[in-house]
Amino acid sequence: MSSTIATDSVPTKPDEAEGWHSGLGWLLNPRLALGLLIIAVMGIGSFVLPIFCPIDPSIQATYLKNMPPSWEHLLGTNALGQDIFWFLVFAIRNSLMLGILVGVGVTIIATAIGLSAGYVGGNYERVVMLVVDTFITIPLLPILIILGGIIRGNNSFLMVGVIITFFGWAFGARTIRSMALTLREREFINMARFSGASTFDILRREIFPYVTAYILVAFINTVLFAINTEATLAVIGLSKVEVPTLGSIIFWALNYNALFNGNYVWIVAPIIATVTLFLGLFLSSTGFNAAFANKRGVL
Amino acid sequence: MGVLQYVAKRLGQYFAVLFVGLTITFLIPRLLPTNPIDGYIGQIQARANGALSGNDIALLRANLEELYGLKGDVLTQYLSFLKRVIFQFDFGPSFTYYPQPVSQIVFTALPYTIGLLMVSTLIAWFLGNVVGLVAGYFHTKRAASILEVVGIMLYPIPYYILAVTVILVLSYLIPIFPLAPSFPVGQMTLQKAGMIIYNSLLPAITLILAGFGWNILSMKALAVATTEEPYVTYSRLKGATNWTRMTGYVFRNAMLPQVTALALSLGTVFSGALLTEMLFSYPGIGLILRTAASSADYNVLYGAITISIIAVATAGLVIDLIYPLLDPRIRHR
Repeated sequence: MSSTIATDSVPTKPDEAEGWHSGLGWLLNPRLALGLLIIAVMGIGSFVLPIFCPIDPSIQATYLKNMPPSWEHLLGTNALGQDIFWFLVFAIRNSLMLGILVGVGVTIIATAIGLSAGYVGGNYERVVMLVVDTFITIPLLPILIILGGIIRGNNSFLMVGVIITFFGWAFGARTIRSMALTLREREFINMARFSGASTFDILRREIFPYVTAYILVAFINTVLFAINTEATLAVIGLSKVEVPTLGSIIFWALNYNALFNGNYVWIVAPIIATVTLFLGLFLSSTGFNAAFANKRGVL
Repeated sequence: MGVLQYVAKRLGQYFAVLFVGLTITFLIPRLLPTNPIDGYIGQIQARANGALSGNDIALLRANLEELYGLKGDVLTQYLSFLKRVIFQFDFGPSFTYYPQPVSQIVFTALPYTIGLLMVSTLIAWFLGNVVGLVAGYFHTKRAASILEVVGIMLYPIPYYILAVTVILVLSYLIPIFPLAPSFPVGQMTLQKAGMIIYNSLLPAITLILAGFGWNILSMKALAVATTEEPYVTYSRLKGATNWTRMTGYVFRNAMLPQVTALALSLGTVFSGALLTEMLFSYPGIGLILRTAASSADYNVLYGAITISIIAVATAGLVIDLIYPLLDPRIRHR
């Protein structure tokens, strides 16, 4: 969530950006390339492979328990008689889907609230910022636990996404508002206002294009945040743990003492998958940030 | 004058955050379709194999509503909720450990969470910033980018993965630490204190690793930018040594945004600590939250969540009140 603080102030290195004026070439830097490659492999893999899956991996007792890795079961089977490889593939797909859904929702809400608060100002801004600061300060996990505890049993996987969206928009809204705040004082905004453009038109046509670069970075960070939050809830058993996600796979492994029984693959495989996926997302977000900073330096 | 204004503004914000936070806590259960009392009655009914008659249930419901402050219209409930929380910190008795009051359960656990969190956050902040400072100050050297890679590798890893990995490595592969931590209760002795510290090391390592990466990355970016400032160049021309410039000029300036960032990220850090406690069975607020959530003990849940909000808001306030001591510009405005 807060990675933007870390990367915003990275100064541009003009020598890197030289000669990349044409097309989308300016976007490429090693960090971004590696990040996008990881996301592409894991994304395409997890969305395409399930077509070839012989049986729904969330059904228990399909195979013999605790089988070692073999050609038939690439990562072996777990203590519930599920194929670990297929469970993991479905987990990555479900986590990514949830992350993207929450990312879209959060980005829309954060952009709308942040832009309007920064541009409109006045009492509206004060009230909005108070709510935003409160949402940032309040520790999210206890609230999610209380919600998870109350609606457990009759919540769907989608509901988890809705809850994360509801509590996840504040940080983005804060950053976008501060960007809109500096833009408000710029000449071309006054120009547009004097030409008779409405507030909505100014927000949409003049300010929005300036924050799109940031919005893309914020979107990726939100995907990371959403996957992480759902997985956190799942690990402590408060999400929909029957649905394979990167968190629920660890929940089952911990609950059935995978380590104690020596089934290391069950717990190590999701750890490696999660770290790789998160690294890919993080590298893409900082890579985009660096690329946009470079571009601003060049133009 | 500047400081007074700053403090007054910050205090106002503190109370506003507390107020909104408590209001959210109050509203959540009342906006949801299910109601804790229904759940509780359901539990009792299940235990009694459905022997309760409709009349009994109505009596029980009235009783529980009175006990848990759910009587009257929403406004009356809200006022009595604020009164009980702010002036008495009274959340009624625990369902599971009836009639032990919630405040007692929560206050026993609170020192554990605060101790663990304070020590690990301070260490993570200090270590991360030192490494980030060195990486940023010498950013033209190749070795510095290796330090940054450490940050990049660590930062995106979520708490639960770190926790599970630390257990896997330090309890199974190299069994230095116990699998099932034990925390002695009762009168504190030197030996017991030693046991508590020994058993707290694993969760502490997890929290330090989690905070470490972000601090490296953030500090590195700040240090790179600060190193290019004219006053650093001036100090170099004056003949200040590398060490003086790095600590007295670059760190002194770059640490200020880091302090602010620490105050802002406290909510996330606290959530991470709660999760870590759950995974390590560390007897803090996090473990209480988990057991309360799995046994549907709503009073304890509300007590723990309220103390979380108060603790995080207060810690943020303390950091922000220390800030003028670090930043002379606020003192002399």
